[in-house]
Amino acid sequence: MTNNISSVTPCTAVNDFVVRFANTNGTGSASANNMFAKSILRMGIPVSAKNIFPSNIQGMPTWYEVRINENNYLARRGGKSELVVAMNAQSLKDDIESVQSGGFLLYDSSKQLSDHYFRDDITFLGIPISAICQKEYQDPRQRQLFKNVIYVGALAAFLHIEFDVLKSLVGDQFKGKEKLITPNIYALELGYQYAHNHFSCPLSIRVEHLDLINSRIMVDGNTATGLGAVYGGATVVGWYPITPSTSVIEKFASYCERLRIDPASGKKNYALVQAEDELAAIGIAIGAGWNGARAFTATSGPGISLMSEFLGLAYFAEIPMVLVNVQRAGPSTGMPTRTQQADVLACAYASHGDTKQVLLFPDSPCECFEFSALAFDLADQLQTPVIIMSDLDLGMNDHLSEEFTWDDNKIYNMGKVLSAEQLNDIEKYGRYLDVDDDGICYRTLPGTHPEKGAFFTRGTSRNEYAAYTEKSDDYVQNMTRLNKKFVTASQLVPQAEICQSIPLAKIGLIYFGTSSHPIAESQAQLKEHGLSVDTLRIRAFPFQAQITTFIEAYKEVFVIEQNRDGQMRTLLINELEISPAKLNSIANCDGLPLTSQYIVQGILNTLSNEASNQQVG
Amino acid sequence: MSFEKSSFRHPRLAVNDLGLTYRDYEGSLSTLCAGCGHDAISSAVVQACYELAIEPYKVAKMSGIGCSSKSPTYFLNKAHGFNSVHGRMPSVATGANLANRELIYIGMSGDGDSASIGMGQFAHVVRRQLNMLYMVANNGVYGLTKGQLAATADKGTKNKAGELSLFTDIDLCVMALQLGATFVARSFSGDKKQLVPLIKAAISHRGFAFIDIVSPCVTFNNQPTSTRSYDYVHEHIKTAAVVDFVPVKKEITSEVAAGESEDICLHDGSLMRIHKLDKNYQTTNAVQAIVDIEEYKKKGEILTGLFYLDPTASHFHEINNTNDAPLNKLNQDALCPGSRILNGINQSFR
Repeated sequence: MTNNISSVTPCTAVNDFVVRFANTNGTGSASANNMFAKSILRMGIPVSAKNIFPSNIQGMPTWYEVRINENNYLARRGGKSELVVAMNAQSLKDDIESVQSGGFLLYDSSKQLSDHYFRDDITFLGIPISAICQKEYQDPRQRQLFKNVIYVGALAAFLHIEFDVLKSLVGDQFKGKEKLITPNIYALELGYQYAHNHFSCPLSIRVEHLDLINSRIMVDGNTATGLGAVYGGATVVGWYPITPSTSVIEKFASYCERLRIDPASGKKNYALVQAEDELAAIGIAIGAGWNGARAFTATSGPGISLMSEFLGLAYFAEIPMVLVNVQRAGPSTGMPTRTQQADVLACAYASHGDTKQVLLFPDSPCECFEFSALAFDLADQLQTPVIIMSDLDLGMNDHLSEEFTWDDNKIYNMGKVLSAEQLNDIEKYGRYLDVDDDGICYRTLPGTHPEKGAFFTRGTSRNEYAAYTEKSDDYVQNMTRLNKKFVTASQLVPQAEICQSIPLAKIGLIYFGTSSHPIAESQAQLKEHGLSVDTLRIRAFPFQAQITTFIEAYKEVFVIEQNRDGQMRTLLINELEISPAKLNSIANCDGLPLTSQYIVQGILNTLSNEASNQQVG
Repeated sequence: MSFEKSSFRHPRLAVNDLGLTYRDYEGSLSTLCAGCGHDAISSAVVQACYELAIEPYKVAKMSGIGCSSKSPTYFLNKAHGFNSVHGRMPSVATGANLANRELIYIGMSGDGDSASIGMGQFAHVVRRQLNMLYMVANNGVYGLTKGQLAATADKGTKNKAGELSLFTDIDLCVMALQLGATFVARSFSGDKKQLVPLIKAAISHRGFAFIDIVSPCVTFNNQPTSTRSYDYVHEHIKTAAVVDFVPVKKEITSEVAAGESEDICLHDGSLMRIHKLDKNYQTTNAVQAIVDIEEYKKKGEILTGLFYLDPTASHFHEINNTNDAPLNKLNQDALCPGSRILNGINQSFR
């Protein structure tokens, strides 16, 4: 098959289209694809990138979806793409299918495409990438790696990406390995020149330089969370590798290697243990929290189930610690490389008995950084675990985000910990005496005072003086106080973010975490249907009264989330005593980042069903 | 359950180097069964800490769940304790130790806690070379749930209910030796003369010290069919080598019958004096120690004493190169890189 001309008018778009890369995992495509996304960023155009990858190391299909949108609509768009770069023969048929009518397919034309792949409504952009590499390079590894760089070079010509931007990116990427700069730029040139010489460039979809990024950064949430833990003062980490949380720890470790070495001795101001399992990982964090160090662990899916017993201990024995949960699709092993928000209930009520855990729901890398640092203050103030509820999409994909900020005047809040001097002034110390009437008692650290303040920490019931008891009154008093502490927590955690119009819209949307990404776009689309909406973004559990007020203010309220059962909706109903009929559920559980299309369709369907029911009535 | 003891003190009680009496090291009244071996272990810990003149509040007592794990309530009242979850004391002790390397960590576990539910955690805390004393009170049964067989019960023995132990027993000392523990010993709760010096030596050891302590359960495993009964242990115990701990500038005379003795100098200049009852016995060969344990076992005997000691051992913090200052005492300046560095990091994401 030769390069064809599409029978359909090619689609036209400037700074508003999706490019989908189809690769084989383990072929080095990730860094080339990342270079492509970053070149759009450096041209001042809002961009997002989603890695859709298998639970596999080598040889399986993997996709990288880049959305370019000058309105900052950066959630996954869904649907077909304007341009597909098809580099994987395994998935080629599906990849050709995934091109929008009028769109473009960039493929390796070293071997002729068989006729049954042909579509007459798209433009085939064949570049003999393998053949070029065969000719240019001797080393088999180079022949593979430079394929990726060559198609990025070609895309620069097709999409009108400034070549100097790519050159500077190569320079940044190989800082310290200067020998690699020239060959990479040469490979970019090979692709760029071939495209220019064989096709009319640029295409009818292309980018144009803008200045819309300002101080924003492009980074993944796990990097931000790991860095936030450094800034929050975490020193002890126990962990067990599990996708998609692993990079939280890896980033924490790599920042610590740079930023946490004692300048005088060269020794580490942190301790990191790769534990034997998730149970030990959280046990380490709890032991350290008990002993007054800021400690955390990170996990996903099955790790949450394994850690539940210890979460109950830390809740009941009142030990501060931070747990980062980068959620993935469950249950069981589920889809380990797909995203979901399906641990809301498992975490809110983690462990047997009456338990309630503090949850934080960041929605951007900037908030991952902020909440990660904040979580250590909250854990110390509340003397309880704080769980950061991230997800695979937020944690592992690059997002355009506000930059990280830190106030140098901020002082860590270590909560109610008694010093030896303070203990001297107390006649009789009681670990679980609610002195301040806020449910939070004063703790002491081991090794503080020769005579006073020692007590036995336990997961069994105890009285106010930490002595073991099975007296019902003591038990009830303690459980009631823990509930009071949870009310105090609702005042300390980040408040919900509310946007209301005047007069109020008819519809209220409630969402959290990455489900907020398609909201602005959904609002614009709903407006086209004559619907205006107000919004509330939940940022933490326990909930505040303002959430109840919001729900009561609207005729229709939708809770938008990424799981099957509408877990946040259930939690709202349970905790705020909302009538179930009051809350509509928009829940997507396909494991892919939520799209505005799904939300809008869900809302329209619900409203039209209600309208027809009323007519029938 | 725990009760406070009377605070009455005899005015002329002997004091140690810190001016503290033996009673300053005691805990609450035990609620274990009368005659429980575990109470003898608690009392040995009290005596060892008193004689070493350790400040009680500089100790952290770590335990899991079970009769054994209740024991830390019965010694060192002025020390903080953490009764964690079943089988997970090693990880909690790891976290605590990482947070503050200056305290002395005494872990108290049982055969169920360490050889069954907590087997993984036991293996890995040994491997991590945590600087702590890890004791297992080993009676071959689950006491708190009324007498089920434990994984350390000898194959072929019967519990009180007549249930036969069908499967191979787990020897935690052999495991500890194989996994690289740098101080491994076995003792008997009924032999304080041997146990107290071992605990003192183990606390003084810098690195992971393990003592498996045969500690008969008077209620559920003291019957004639048991190989963990007082009578059986008394009749079948054999001792290879025992230790005395000799602090710097202090000489003590051992009450152990003289065999060959060997002094090992510790980091701080104090001595570990090893008395060998069998003059050919070596305490520096972990593989040989495993062979000896197994050979005595074949003869139906319980080998006790110090099995292995590596005086040059290093521990987790040395391997990790952790700051000498405890991590929980580092101030914010040492921990938080500040806004200027953050600006540079932001720049790397543009």
